[in-house]
Amino acid sequence: MFYRESGDFKTSYAKDTQTFPIKLDRIGYYVILAIAFITIPVMLITDVGGGANYWTNAILLPFLIWAIAAIGLNILVGYCGQLSLGSGGFMAVGAYAAYKLMTSFPDLSIFFIVIISGAITAGVGILFGLPSLRIKGFYLAVATLAAQFFLVWLFNKVPWFYNNSASGQISAPTRSIFGFEITGATATPEAKYLFCLVLLIGVAWLARNLTRGRIGRSWMAIRDMDIAAEIIGVAPLRTKLSAFGVSSFFIGIAGALFFAVYLGAVEVGEAFNINKSFLLLFMVIIGGLGSIFGSIIGAAFMVLMPVLLKNIMVNQLNWPTDIAVHFEFAIVGALIIIFLILEPHGLAQLWRLLKEKLRLWPFPH
Amino acid sequence: MNATAESYVTEDGRTIGAPVLEMKNITLKFGGVTAISDISFDIREGEIRAIIGPNGAGKSSMLNVINGFYHPQEGEIWFHGEKRAPMKPYQIAQQGIARTFQNIALFKGMSTLDNIMTGRFTHMKTNMFWQAVWKGPAEREENENRDIVEHVIDFLEIQAIRKTPVGRLPYGLQKRVELGRALAAQPKLLLLDEPMAGMNVEEKEDMSRFILDVNDEFGTTIALIEHDMGVVMDISDRVVVMDYGKKIGDGTPDEVRNNQDVIDAYLGVAHD
Ligand SMILES: Nc1ncnc2c1ncn2[C@@H]1O[C@H](COP(=O)(O)OP(=O)(O)OP(=O)(O)O)[C@@H](O)[C@H]1O
Ligand SMILES: [Mg+2]
Repeated sequence: MFYRESGDFKTSYAKDTQTFPIKLDRIGYYVILAIAFITIPVMLITDVGGGANYWTNAILLPFLIWAIAAIGLNILVGYCGQLSLGSGGFMAVGAYAAYKLMTSFPDLSIFFIVIISGAITAGVGILFGLPSLRIKGFYLAVATLAAQFFLVWLFNKVPWFYNNSASGQISAPTRSIFGFEITGATATPEAKYLFCLVLLIGVAWLARNLTRGRIGRSWMAIRDMDIAAEIIGVAPLRTKLSAFGVSSFFIGIAGALFFAVYLGAVEVGEAFNINKSFLLLFMVIIGGLGSIFGSIIGAAFMVLMPVLLKNIMVNQLNWPTDIAVHFEFAIVGALIIIFLILEPHGLAQLWRLLKEKLRLWPFPH
Repeated sequence: MNATAESYVTEDGRTIGAPVLEMKNITLKFGGVTAISDISFDIREGEIRAIIGPNGAGKSSMLNVINGFYHPQEGEIWFHGEKRAPMKPYQIAQQGIARTFQNIALFKGMSTLDNIMTGRFTHMKTNMFWQAVWKGPAEREENENRDIVEHVIDFLEIQAIRKTPVGRLPYGLQKRVELGRALAAQPKLLLLDEPMAGMNVEEKEDMSRFILDVNDEFGTTIALIEHDMGVVMDISDRVVVMDYGKKIGDGTPDEVRNNQDVIDAYLGVAHD
């Protein structure tokens, strides 16, 4: 009854294209922001129940970081229609760029380290995007798969990337912003959480802006009908490369955070292997191709589901862990198939449909 | 009418200017198939120029040559009095040539509004930085272009389907949206490949009216391929007739109608 656009007639184009045209959505958005910026940090600081570390490491950080990466991949796959299986490799680029920057410039703020790491990854992404002019779909996926394996191999093989450390691992030294430690052993959960949260909001905002205007439409035009896009004046290579660049920028940021803030120490073959590429792709498919919001709920879903299943099956029902893991695979597999066949626009579309129903309720016509 | 003069006046009193596009001795081959064989014709400022011919005559191929999708083995293309160097389709779009396709080529995942907004692409310039922060130039440019797009939407009478994903629209409306996307570019030359194919009489009348109005109100030069002879004779100023890749007639609808080659090769077969 109350779930309506603020008025039937929009008085300006800006209002017509605003992100949350419905008042209740806007309120919901502010409520979520308030919880994210006030409630959760307060809970982490006061550490009621002593779970601050668990919550941060099992749910909050992975969710925020994967959401950034998922937005990145969604730009490329969902908006521009270029299938990529190289995300793990690109995250590794972000991670190693961050490591080299942290160790080479000890005074550089962690914020700039993360952003520059993203920029470096963007460059690498553009390079690996070059074949996309000639090859499409499945073949492009294979080419990006090659990027995945090449990059992981490279970071394993060349000691310069891990500063010749004996273990071949990289580990993040303590770095901070405005005096708050974000990386390193002594950084607090709330500082890490807030840092990643701000970055996620920044990335989501940038992605939303890029996808609503000229550049976003040119990506979607290439995705939907590249020939028609070309006769409208969209240069295919430039457009695809800009999608590779923006996508890799975000994925690189996620990679840097994944290493420096979340894991702290990384062995590339383990942290950024092909499974990560698939995981990210699943988030984007389940969440919703071509939706920023979908990327975020896709990430939330893929992070929360294993935790939930583990809690139910292992802790409550006392099943062996490996069975729980198999179960998880089966569920994810089934969901991927269901979504790809029945609802290619994922959870975001289901949410949209639900809202559509609500808006018309109680009179369906 | 003298086809080589600098300008001519139509029956309904419109003055047609100098050639916008001149095709000179175009030959296009696909392996052994000669799709276009040594064809020359021009399209003049402000005119509605029809290209007709039986199936497989090479009409769509001709538009693809103009668009830069196909590169002819022989011949020259002159645009606004200058010989055109080989170009990519998107560069040709930037020069002010827009088109619609025989088989609808809309962006299926986008709304009517976004499809037509995409047609404004060559007129939008703000860089990625401003697009990303949105405030300032990007938003201003978006609104200015939205204004033009809204005019196109009003003009084509498709206000009601503004926000509808184009995949959900019936065929006739999809054709109209595609025309809108081409119009949004405010092209100097508009190419329409069978804009009325598969339409019922009423839809054809609407479409004919839009084509005439575009030409009349904005002075847009139009080249169109069409199989419906009634429509062609009604709305076009001059007609090129193709058959098996060759040009077999060129002139006003009346001239073409009375051309014996055309009657034999095309009209005689297609009609009666
Ligand atoms: N890309 C291509 N490769 C090979 N042959 C082609 C290609 N495009 C067109 N042809 C051939 O060129 C000839 C002309 O085709 P075209 O599509 O231009 O005809 P048309 O006059 O538009 O016909 P219709 O009225 O059926 O649309 C046909 O014999 C066609 O098979
Ligand atoms: Mg054709």
